[in-house]
Amino acid sequence: MNNEDLKNKITELFPTATFEEGGEWVNFFIEPTEWKKAAGVLHNAEGLQLDYLFCLTCVDWKTHLSMVYHLSSSLHRHNIVVKIKLDRLNPEIETVCDIWKTAELHEREVYDLFGVNFLNHPDLRRLFLTDDFVGYPLRKDFEDPINMIKL
Amino acid sequence: MIEELGTTSEGYMVINIGPQHPATHGVLRLVMTLDGETIIKTEPHLGYIHRSIEKMCESLSYRQFVYVTSRMDYLSSHMNNHGCSLVVEKGLQVEIPERAQVIRVLMDELTRVASHELWWGAMAMDLGAFTPFFHSFRERETITDIMEETCGARLTMNYICPGGVMADLHPDFQKRVKNFVTLFKSKFHEYNELVTGNIIFQNRMKGVGFLSAEDAISFGCTGPVARGSGVKSDIRKLYPYEVYNKLQFDEVLETGGDSFARYMVRINEMLQSIKIIEQLIDNIPEGEFQAKTKAVLKLPKGEFYQRVETARGELGVYIVSEGGTTPYRIKFRSPGFSNLSALPQMVKGSKIGDLVATMGTLDLVIPDIDR
Amino acid sequence: MLSLENITNTIHEWLNATMNPSLALLSEFVIIGICAIALFAMLGLSLVLMERKVAAFMQLRLGPNRVGPFGIFQTVADTLKLMMKEGLTPDGADKFLFNLAPFIVMIAAMMLLAPIAFARGFQIWDINIGVLFLSAVSSVSVIGILMAGWASNNKYSFLGAMRSGAQIVSYELSAGLSIITIVILTGSLQISDIVNSQENGWWIFKGHIPVIISFITFLIAITAETNRAPFDLPEAESELTAGFHTEYSGMKFALFFLSEYINIFIACAVGATLFFGGWMPFHIGNWEAFNHIMDYIPSSIWFMGKTFFLIFLLMWFRWTFPRLRVDQLLNLEWKYLLPISMINLLAVTLMAIMGWHF
Repeated sequence: MNNEDLKNKITELFPTATFEEGGEWVNFFIEPTEWKKAAGVLHNAEGLQLDYLFCLTCVDWKTHLSMVYHLSSSLHRHNIVVKIKLDRLNPEIETVCDIWKTAELHEREVYDLFGVNFLNHPDLRRLFLTDDFVGYPLRKDFEDPINMIKL
Repeated sequence: MIEELGTTSEGYMVINIGPQHPATHGVLRLVMTLDGETIIKTEPHLGYIHRSIEKMCESLSYRQFVYVTSRMDYLSSHMNNHGCSLVVEKGLQVEIPERAQVIRVLMDELTRVASHELWWGAMAMDLGAFTPFFHSFRERETITDIMEETCGARLTMNYICPGGVMADLHPDFQKRVKNFVTLFKSKFHEYNELVTGNIIFQNRMKGVGFLSAEDAISFGCTGPVARGSGVKSDIRKLYPYEVYNKLQFDEVLETGGDSFARYMVRINEMLQSIKIIEQLIDNIPEGEFQAKTKAVLKLPKGEFYQRVETARGELGVYIVSEGGTTPYRIKFRSPGFSNLSALPQMVKGSKIGDLVATMGTLDLVIPDIDR
Repeated sequence: MLSLENITNTIHEWLNATMNPSLALLSEFVIIGICAIALFAMLGLSLVLMERKVAAFMQLRLGPNRVGPFGIFQTVADTLKLMMKEGLTPDGADKFLFNLAPFIVMIAAMMLLAPIAFARGFQIWDINIGVLFLSAVSSVSVIGILMAGWASNNKYSFLGAMRSGAQIVSYELSAGLSIITIVILTGSLQISDIVNSQENGWWIFKGHIPVIISFITFLIAITAETNRAPFDLPEAESELTAGFHTEYSGMKFALFFLSEYINIFIACAVGATLFFGGWMPFHIGNWEAFNHIMDYIPSSIWFMGKTFFLIFLLMWFRWTFPRLRVDQLLNLEWKYLLPISMINLLAVTLMAIMGWHF
């Protein structure tokens, strides 16, 4: 499916989705509350079948956080990008690790480095950092005067 | 934390494989719950070599950050550099000279052979056979010598850069690569005689660490791990970059899904890489090795993503640019991280010996996982 | 011709002539003790060097070549290093058992030397149940290994020791059964009888296929009993770091290391005695002239040559094969080797009764 068809399909499935132009792939925003349901639809919907989550990350925009899910279909070979804006003070989103198993570790990484709270995640703990670490290093306002070297 | 130290409430033994352990090839720590020798639960604990390369890159310019990435998956440093260079070029919309493209592909494939050689030796060593390690290093040494001549380094090459490659090829490059190809082809049968055909080895590998095709996709496994389960995942074929679409080579697929299938994928992939090298080595076009680029690169505002096939699978480089000289956010989707996430399921219910066999065929490079 | 038998006899007579019999016996004990320890040291040094050289040969390397000519003093240097290292005892360990374990393993290995016939008439103790003594005492070392694994209070050691226990106890069976085939053919448990019975040809040649089968079984079993690759599960380094001796360091580790090599030597010596005629030169039936020429080679050289050939075989295994998994290891013994050696035992018995062997 080319990008145009994908766009139509997505508008049909999620009327609330807003698109972002300019990227290589179809980019669209979705509300955090709808995400869990939408993820299931994206994974199973006829013609989409986005069964491969190849990148899950988060970007700190200083005003808000935005989760970025890169999805791909191993059957149709098309890619889309789903973005979800989160509140910076209390970022919360449903986990998708029951839909894409790879999300379990990736979500733990995002929790560790950005502090996004994934609801219903089976094992939400810090992944790289120690359990008693304070702060979320990949946020833009993170400061560590002792260990961080400013270039 | 207390549970990690002693026994669980059910009376199972908890044992730490790592962070310092011969089988993990680095500082990976697996907390395993064992019933005798049978694995009940595996839990990876990461972060022992986390250098926060992503944060580091946020304060490095587009020319500088490429070199940090050599330290992620140090066995396929060319491919890491390649992915980063491609994403920067995609942002700048620079067309790079054909010569540079061919050199890049040649270097990638040589690195892939070298990486698989090391994996082969190390995996045999995991299974208790020490000799293959030295046999594989005999060939790998010649590759690192070739690399040293052209790139000046043996491991973290930093040769591919945005716009092309750092320097032109060494005059002896073609001759030495051809010598290597002849050497490799004359010695390759030893690999199969020494390890592949061994009955003990086959018994250790077959039916161990099974990963179904659905799980491979769901866990985001790529590279030889996914191809061992019959999932087409070769980026060189699916989303060709550089000159890969002009080359004749096969994507190696096995349907077994067990350790032996993954093993065979890598063994045959070496041959495919040699095939690619043979096609290109006589046809390196003349011309510039670098495109004309500005001294200070500035990517336009936007998001750029590029996938390349490293020796371990799909490396994704995701750059969010605000239009400045440094990336606003950079994310490396490393193949090892996703491949590792499948490990707990793959080894559940098998013996400790199987863990070693499974982990060996996943070919984990820990700095790649931790970044 | 130089013969070790003459030397021992001379010493024995001289001692008995100068002292009273009990004192003479005592001094003989002392001499034997010193000889045994010296032999231990020599064997340890030479076998470790041999292993490293064989490994290097198989792995396209040179091996040790810095200390002395061709690196022959490398193991001496290593021993010095091990002696100077601190012998650590972990805090949580059972200190008494932890320190006792290496000595148990070592003593078991030393006791095994007693009935081995090194040359014609050169044997410490020609006990009439020699073969039985060997297989009985060789299983004592498993106590030491279990003790080491348990007392270390380390999970790797513990798993290694448990594996070792299971392994040695299982493979003891097929080792025993393959030894019994020779006992049946000879009709005696005494080492000297077994060697003498091979005067007109070694059992491996005289005994047809059944003895060859039992030799192969024996070879596999001793590889497993001495914890060597492909059966080195108790110390599987990629799984259990160093297995039962993970916590040992310094000289205590060296004792384990040494006893491993001594056990290899003894196992191979037993193999050479049973299947290749021990010190008996290569004789073919009644070819008098040929046999006479063979007799000119000293018997000790025959014995050592055969033993070292078998040791080389074991080293060859170690440096080519990958390791088995623990369940495959036990399957191999209980499902394949044990039934095969039992049927083989029947075949040998039949052969011995009917007199089909040469």
